[in-house]
This record gives sequence, structure tokens and C-alpha cells, in this order.
Amino acid sequence: MTRLIGILVGLFFTAAVLWAFVSGAATVISEGELKPATAEHHFHKLPHEPSGGFSFNGAFGKYDKQQLQRGFQVYKEVCSACHSLRHVAFRDLEQLGYNEAEVKAIAAGFQVPGVDPNTGEATTRAGMPTDYFPKPYPNDIAARAANNNAIPPDLSLMTKARHEGSAYVYSLLTGYQDAPAELVKEFPGSAPGPGLHYNPYFANLNLAMAPPLTATDQVSYGDGTKATVDQMAQDVAAFLTWTAEPTLDKRKQTGWPVLGFLLFATVLAYLAKQQVWADKKGKKG
Amino acid sequence: MSFPWANQYEPQNPLMKWVDDRLPLPRFVYNAIGAGYPVPRNLNYFWNFGVLAGFCLVLQIVTGVVLAMHYAPNALVAFDSTEHIMRDVNWGWMLRYAHANGASAFFVVVYLHIFRGFFYGSYKAPREMVWLMGVVIFLLMMATAFMGYVLPWGQMSFWGAKVITGLFGAIPLVGEPLQIWLLGGFAPDNAALNRFFSLHFLLPFVIAGVVILHIWALHIPGSSNPTGVEVKGESDTIPFHPYYTAKDGFGLGVFLFLYCAMLFFLPNALGHPDNYIPANPMSTPAHIVPEWYFWPFYAILRAFTADFFFIPAKLMGVIAMFGSILVWFFLPWLDTSPVRSGHYRPLFRKFFWFGLIPAMAVLFYCGGAPAEEPFVMMSQLATAYYFLHFLVILPIVASVERPEPLPYSITEAVLGSDDNAELKAAS
Repeated sequence: MTRLIGILVGLFFTAAVLWAFVSGAATVISEGELKPATAEHHFHKLPHEPSGGFSFNGAFGKYDKQQLQRGFQVYKEVCSACHSLRHVAFRDLEQLGYNEAEVKAIAAGFQVPGVDPNTGEATTRAGMPTDYFPKPYPNDIAARAANNNAIPPDLSLMTKARHEGSAYVYSLLTGYQDAPAELVKEFPGSAPGPGLHYNPYFANLNLAMAPPLTATDQVSYGDGTKATVDQMAQDVAAFLTWTAEPTLDKRKQTGWPVLGFLLFATVLAYLAKQQVWADKKGKKG
Repeated sequence: MSFPWANQYEPQNPLMKWVDDRLPLPRFVYNAIGAGYPVPRNLNYFWNFGVLAGFCLVLQIVTGVVLAMHYAPNALVAFDSTEHIMRDVNWGWMLRYAHANGASAFFVVVYLHIFRGFFYGSYKAPREMVWLMGVVIFLLMMATAFMGYVLPWGQMSFWGAKVITGLFGAIPLVGEPLQIWLLGGFAPDNAALNRFFSLHFLLPFVIAGVVILHIWALHIPGSSNPTGVEVKGESDTIPFHPYYTAKDGFGLGVFLFLYCAMLFFLPNALGHPDNYIPANPMSTPAHIVPEWYFWPFYAILRAFTADFFFIPAKLMGVIAMFGSILVWFFLPWLDTSPVRSGHYRPLFRKFFWFGLIPAMAVLFYCGGAPAEEPFVMMSQLATAYYFLHFLVILPIVASVERPEPLPYSITEAVLGSDDNAELKAAS
């Protein structure tokens, strides 16, 4: 009885899903294509890494502190005009190799929201190491108003919030170009509108952010590295990888001894198992 | 509760004797996972996953309880408190990655445990209750994992919660009020987040309770084994300790190695990047996908794209998705072949390896892919096979198949001969 009901129920589900399959197949046949052609399918590109990759790639990779400092400089002088970094505090910058005094000086260079101790009114004051990076706009409405109706996203977690995030940031910053003629011809709706900029690495191909890195030596690096657009894009991508995953170095450093110990323990466990089982094996026949 | 030849507990030291006389807990442990539990001598490595699943449950409870000390279940601060754990709590990043990857590891071992059961017919009499409790555990795990994924309150948390609670909205008449009641509002917000946190904390302990029933039910007939032949005599079994504790120890080592490799070197590989974007009800992600362990069932949900007579497509998908797991409850009565193990069932084996496994693989792949062609059509064919397999093919195979000859006993299967069998043949 159970089996009979079961077979009927099974045939019911099968009929329902095959009916959906037939309806779907009919649509595909009548339209003559599997999925509608979109500009994104044709023109969107997957992110790629800079030639030579990032220093933190792979199981042994770790941050290059010089590079993180350069990336921080790019963030400070270029990105921070519009993008916040709300999960990062100035004190965290010590991990980039700055000493306490340098961190204090960096923090003091930023104005953070404060309260006037005499009147209680909202004001600003110089930042301290315990403060977080201040937001460039007082609220989302101000951010939209200043940026063609698009809110510049917080960058703290950007490299973890996109597929291949570090490569994505690098590719996006170096990927601005004129919209291809084909795109304008075949998908006029996807051609960049007023105030938008074509970039094949952006999900819908057009973004409100104007190319932020445009000229060599836009920032002047203290360590003598030549500040090409490609170099600045790499450096800021590395810096934003650090802001998203500040514990990457510690994580990998912890991982190796853990795996080493587990390998050793597992070999021991295997040998113990072999010994325990010795009297139960090999007695065939 | 055990075979007559099982070792009896004899306390070695006076303290244990004192405790055992008053509260026989030492005896209980000895009989459950110690030398007092006789186990078939021929278990292969697929029998390791029960212990590993138990280990994962403990791992999740321990890491989860500590995470809960630092997490704040409030929609305003949940995302930031998760980042606080990642950045400012000592070893917080390791705890959170251990918990997130621990959920994946838990599902990996449980899926292997379930498929072990499928292949070796572990659900058959007299172990139906073990199987039923197992399916209950799996359902509780799915609920727990779903609610846990909502807690960081990222984009996938929010939209996942919206989609899954939206499934209840497909129920005719009561659907919409039911959905609002479950969420405590019209969309997932603070009320939903709070109750999900509360239930996410509670359910693992419910799972632990059902796990005890699962193991209790297992110890009545004792463990099954790869031949599916029941234990006939003392030579068929060996004590759980030290034989299987040693084997499980090795299995645990291998498991921990792979798990820690993920945890320390690819901690976000199984997660979705969108969950590092704070929840935003005004912005829908391009593709809403659940965690990988739900992909096969998500594919079944999305396979029903057309209304079937008077049943709307969405409702049909919801029924099928829940039905695809509920059907496991009836497995002991659908597959009526008296032979348990797939090793001795030629026809069953073909459908298992060339039907069920590929269909599950397709459903898994399509569940994680965007809802567009050809993935929808592929998942429709795989869904059709899935239901046919459990509800139509298994009952028919059970009655038409001619199983291969079984060994006389476990001992014979291991050693090539069994003295008891020869004595019996001689007489």
C-alpha cells in the first residue's frame, strides 16, 4: 500500500516537473535562443590580477607593509574624499608598520565628529588613534547629492564583498575605457548615460564614479616607487585587502603549525589504529 | 540492549565503582561508545561519519556559544558586531571562521553519512527508527543552518531570509498571515533577527537530544555493516573500544586536517561575497543563492516553473522541496528488498551510481547557478529523476531484482570462511 501511494506521488511530482520542462522548452524553441542576449553577457569582463600577482596570494603569501603604506596613501589622498572606511580605526594602522607617534600624527590629520565640552554642541576635533576613519558625508542624502545619485560604498570590506575582490578593485581602477562602438550600436540602453562611465569590470558596465586614478604621480610616494596608475591601483587594492582581512598574516602563520601538528597526530593515529587492528587483519583462509 | 557476549563493565578504581553504584553513568558510556558495545568487525571508512557528525555538533556548539558572547542580535548592530568579532575580539576571526566552515564541514559529513545509509540500506528493518531520527536531525540542521546564516545580517542573510520565509507565503489562504507571523513583520527586520538568534541558539541542543535518541535506537539492533548481513555470533563482532575508537581517531585526524586547511587558508571560499555587504532592503542582489549545502533543494524549488493544473508553480515548488526530504521518512517502506547492502543488489547499484548520484550532482550544480537556461531545464530533468528514484524506481527494483548471493556471515565475508557455517553445513 505504501509503495502504491508512493508510486502515485512520485508520478505526480514527475508529471508536474516535466510539464514545467515542456513549457520551458516550448519557450526556448519559440524564441530560438536559450537566454536573451544582454549587454552584460557580451561585454562584462572577469577581474584579473596585476602581472606578478599580489604578495598575499597563496598559502605562503603575506602582506607587503611598504605596499600597504603606499595603498593607504592613495586611499587618504584620493579615495577618502568620497569613500568611508568605517570598520578601520587609526590604531589599526600600526599593523602597516607605522609607530605610535606616526599613528597619532595620521589620526590628528583627520577631523572627526566631536562634542564641544563647554556648550555640548556638535563640532569636530582632531582624530585620536582610538577613533575610526571619519565618514566623508554627514548622511546618505548628502552622499547621493554629491555623486550623481549614487552612494559611494564603504570600502572596509570591499575586497571580500566582491568575487576575486582584490583583483576586482585593481581591474576596476585600471579598466575605464570608452564604450565600445558595438555596445552603443547593439545595446543603446546599456551605453553610458550622462554622468556615467563605461567600465567592463563593473557588474552593469556603467558606474557613476569618474576614473579616480588618471595620471602618473597623482600621489607622490615617499619610498621612491614610481606612482603609475597601475602601481597606485595595485597598492590601493592591497591596502583594501588588508582593511577587509587584517588578520590574514596571522591566520596563515597560525595555519601552518596547526596543519603540521594535525599531520603528525594523524600519522600517529593511523599507526595506533594499525597496531590495535593487527590481530584482526590478515587471517584470510 | 546488546549481544549476550558483550563485555560487562567492571569498575577498576573505587571512585568509579562508588559513582557507578549510585549513578551508572560510567556503565552507560562504556556500553555506548566503549568496550561494552560489540560492533560488526567489517565496518569500512564510510562508518566513520557518524562519529564525525557528532564531533561537528560539539564543535558548532562550543564555537557558537563563545561567538554568542560577542555577537549582538539587533538589526542595527548585528553586522558591525560580526566585524567586531573579526577584528577586535582575541582570536575572534578564528572562532567565526571555525563556526562558518564548521557548518559546511557538518553538512559534508552528514551528507556522506546519509548516502552511506542510502547505499548500504541502513534504513531497513530493524533500524527504521534510527533512520527516522536521522532525518529529523537533518531537518533540524537545515533550520539551524538557515537561521545561523541570517545572523551576520549581510545582504544574503537578509534576502535569504526573505526568500525562505516567502515560501510559507505560497501556502493557500493562511500563507501570507503565516509569513507575517513567522517574521514578526512584513519583511525580515529586528523581530525576525531576534527570534532567529534565539532559535539558532536553542535548536543545536534539540539536535543533541535527538542525536541521543538516534544512538539509543541504533544500540537496540546494533550497527549495520557493509554486507548488510546481521550479526550471527561472537566472531562477527569486536568491541567498539579499542577497535573503532582507534579507527575513528584516525578518521578524525584526516577530517580535522582538511577542515583546518579550509579554515586557515580558504575561509571564505564557501561563503558568498554579498554577505560582506550590510543588509539593505532597498537593493536586491543580482542572484540570491543559499549556502552550498542547500543547493540541491533550492534547485528542486526553482525547477517548478509552470502551474500544474490548479496548483501555482510557486506552491508546487515549495511542496516538492519539502517533499524531497520528507520522502526519506518513507524510505524503509518504499525499498522493500530484503537485502540491505547495495553490494549484493546489481540493479539497485546501477540506479544508485548512474541515476541518483548524477541527478544529485546536477541539482547541486544548478542550485548554485543563476535561474536561467540551460540550468533550469537541467534541474527539471534531475528533479524528475530524483522523485522517480525514491518513489517509483526503488519499490519496483525491490520486487523485480535478483540479488547476488550473500555471505553466510560477517566472519565469512572478512575471513573467507566461518567455522560456524562449516559446522552447520556438516550437520
